[in-house]
Amino acid sequence: MIRRQTIDVGALPDHAFGNRSIMWWATMTIIAIEGTVFAMAIASYFYLQGNEETWPPADTPLPGLMWPTVNVIILLASLFPNHKVKTAAEDMNLGQVRLWSVIADTFAVAFVVVRVFEFRELNVSWDSNAYGSVTWTLLGLHSVHLLTDLIDSVVLTVLMFTRHGDEPRRFVDVSENCFYWNFVVLSWLPIYAVLYWTPRLL
Amino acid sequence: MSGTRVIDEASPLTQPSPPRGRGQGEGAGPYSLPGDHGLHRQLEKTWSPATGPLRWFMQIDHHVIGKRFIITAFIWFALGGVLAALMRIQLSRPGNTFLSADLYNQIFTMHGTTMMFLFAVPVMEAVAIYMIPLLVGSRALAFPRLTAFSYYMFLFGGIMLYTAFFLNIGPDAGWFSYVPLASPEFAPGKRVDIWSQLVNFTEISAIAVAIELIVTILKQRTPGMSVNRMPLYVWSMLVTAFMIIFAMPAVMVGSLYLLLDRLVGTHLFNVAEGGDPLLWQHLFWFFGHPEVYIIFIPALGMVSSIITTFCRRPVFGYTAMVLSQVATGFIGFGLWVHHMFTTGLPQSGESFFTAASMMIAIPSGIQIFCWIATIWMGRPVYKPPLMFVLGFVAIFVLGGLSGVMVASIPIDLQVHDTFFVVAHLHYVLIGGAVFPLLGALYYWFPKITGRLMNDRAGHVSFWLIFIGFNLTFFPMHKLGLIGMPRRVYTYLSETGWGQLNLLATIGSVVLALGFLTYFINALVCAKRGEFAGANPWDGPTLEWATDSPPPHYNFIHMPVVSSTEPLWHAPEHAPLVTGLSTTAKEVLITRTFDAEPDHRYTYPAPSAWPFLTALATAGIFLGLLFTPWAFVIGLPIASLMAVGWFWPTTPQKEGDAPQDSATASEAVA
Repeated sequence: MIRRQTIDVGALPDHAFGNRSIMWWATMTIIAIEGTVFAMAIASYFYLQGNEETWPPADTPLPGLMWPTVNVIILLASLFPNHKVKTAAEDMNLGQVRLWSVIADTFAVAFVVVRVFEFRELNVSWDSNAYGSVTWTLLGLHSVHLLTDLIDSVVLTVLMFTRHGDEPRRFVDVSENCFYWNFVVLSWLPIYAVLYWTPRLL
Repeated sequence: MSGTRVIDEASPLTQPSPPRGRGQGEGAGPYSLPGDHGLHRQLEKTWSPATGPLRWFMQIDHHVIGKRFIITAFIWFALGGVLAALMRIQLSRPGNTFLSADLYNQIFTMHGTTMMFLFAVPVMEAVAIYMIPLLVGSRALAFPRLTAFSYYMFLFGGIMLYTAFFLNIGPDAGWFSYVPLASPEFAPGKRVDIWSQLVNFTEISAIAVAIELIVTILKQRTPGMSVNRMPLYVWSMLVTAFMIIFAMPAVMVGSLYLLLDRLVGTHLFNVAEGGDPLLWQHLFWFFGHPEVYIIFIPALGMVSSIITTFCRRPVFGYTAMVLSQVATGFIGFGLWVHHMFTTGLPQSGESFFTAASMMIAIPSGIQIFCWIATIWMGRPVYKPPLMFVLGFVAIFVLGGLSGVMVASIPIDLQVHDTFFVVAHLHYVLIGGAVFPLLGALYYWFPKITGRLMNDRAGHVSFWLIFIGFNLTFFPMHKLGLIGMPRRVYTYLSETGWGQLNLLATIGSVVLALGFLTYFINALVCAKRGEFAGANPWDGPTLEWATDSPPPHYNFIHMPVVSSTEPLWHAPEHAPLVTGLSTTAKEVLITRTFDAEPDHRYTYPAPSAWPFLTALATAGIFLGLLFTPWAFVIGLPIASLMAVGWFWPTTPQKEGDAPQDSATASEAVA
């Protein structure tokens, strides 16, 4: 009789943070997908720019710079509460997660509100010319991406205030959501540069 | 790789097989321990699919969804095949009036759209949904509710397309919907809108499955299955899933632009206002060319699986095979402009894409030679799956040769938009993907249904399909060279194209009979075929280590593997994993590269929320055909459904799940 070798995994943890977690990998693939979408939209922007003598085309005013720049500041500032949420989640500190999640979500709401003003000062309609179309489309794609993440974040924050909040799995979810928010911030910077500085500089 | 083992003469493949019973979950097999029977009953209960009258809407089990996905894809395939037959009838003689020009336009568009968007990519993913967890030795596919969601999106997309077609609003601008033909001024009405939304449906479905496959393959492999021990089929699906992630967004952006131009008056493709029709072609083919490889690379994996089992030895050159698959994945993104050689792009750019298009023949060639070496050095057993693979090699090499031809710009200028291209793409897609797929389904049929298909009928179907295919499509090379354009609903008798067209039509009858034989064989044998037992072909990979059909939890104990062909290397001595919960749906998460056990993860219960979320999303997509407000109204509803999906049902506390370590500690063998 030979004892068959076994590996007992019963003592392993039932959750893990970072790239050990399957949520992290799923988030990475979502980032790859959305990043590709933005890359395609930005490529189209420059492709269409090549068809025009001037950019924006003649008789089209430049887009307003103030509100989008405010949004850059809001998003960069949001990295701080976002970082606090993430570390609190990894420490499984429910009180801190609740506090900083509410603050981080406030930044996201502020961003969406400012986005409305941003659209109003694009100074071109989507059906005026191809420049207007691609500008509205790129900003629209970014808004949908932002809106869905805002909904997601708010639901998760609410969840953390319920009896379901104090569980390792929820803390992993919160941590991965924060990881994703970094992508939200970082993807806005090139889109901001393309939409508001290309017409001024290139 | 270590020790090539040629299986002895007494293998079940070369000897008449003894009668087998179903042996469902008796804890038998190389990866079992004494006393597993009780464990089996407990796991069956824990992993059981949804029950009750609404269970159809609640299933999330990868076996259930996988089978449904495969069957649905084949229903669309059959419909696409009927459309092809209608086209062949119309073209069988000059001046035929069987179909009107308008109906013909719809039919060729529907045929291409169905085969590319509703069959080829989905069916490859569908097979993977079923097989990948088994091949990597896991209890489930990652994100099971997302699997259900992706199925319903796929289903709703297909239903929408065919409903539109039967209402005479089927798309009619070709499967790549070139603008300006598809722009609002030349294609009024809803036809092209339907096409664009179908693309969105199936892309969302495809991307969701790609995420599940990547996570399953990278994080749920059984201990010991480091990346250099992954079966080639698993490698192929990993490469495919990554290609889907980077290719599909291009067509989603493209179809969004097309819809915006058509529905809200943007000018993205409208030359008069600074838009550009070539932008559509770039976006479409940046997806469309990788798409060909998304269809073809899974087939490469299937071919490797079949050749290993039926030549009784590991595939020659494992590392070269893996690197070739990965290289194909990368080069596949550098070819798209070869679809646009006739659009007047700068010649230096075109030369680059010619070089890239010819370069991709190198990894394909390496793989073909590795397979030939494997067949040469092995002991081939000519069962139908291997026949389909041999058919693949013959046809795909021909398709590859005409591919190298059209990669050359002067030849492409001559044959662009002719039947030569039709011949080429069918040689590549049917030869490169459908033949391996039919072989793989024949090979895995006993695993999925527990019964074997009939070999005599299998051989008959293979020869009918092989001969019928060549009769149908080989003459099209000649037709293209003598000038017959594609997508014409009829032609004059003076052109002299009549005889070859008639030959192609006769071939298509043979081809259809072949498919019919295959499907009848499958349908009959699913009910009445011989019982297969766990491993009817003496296959080397883990899917053959469990019962046929597999229990819902796949493996009582995850096996620890130490080679790419674990079942050929003394599996009865392999260590086993114990300690996963028997009362919660726990899977083992392992490390990405070396597959060391890392942590346990609990999967969710069956749920109808993915169905409802898909329904709400489909509502938005359909509503958008009529008003942009559909998005504003639909988004909150869809979000609500998604919240229902993600909301936890019961709080989980650590330590309340009994585990099977007690049985394991007493294990003896």
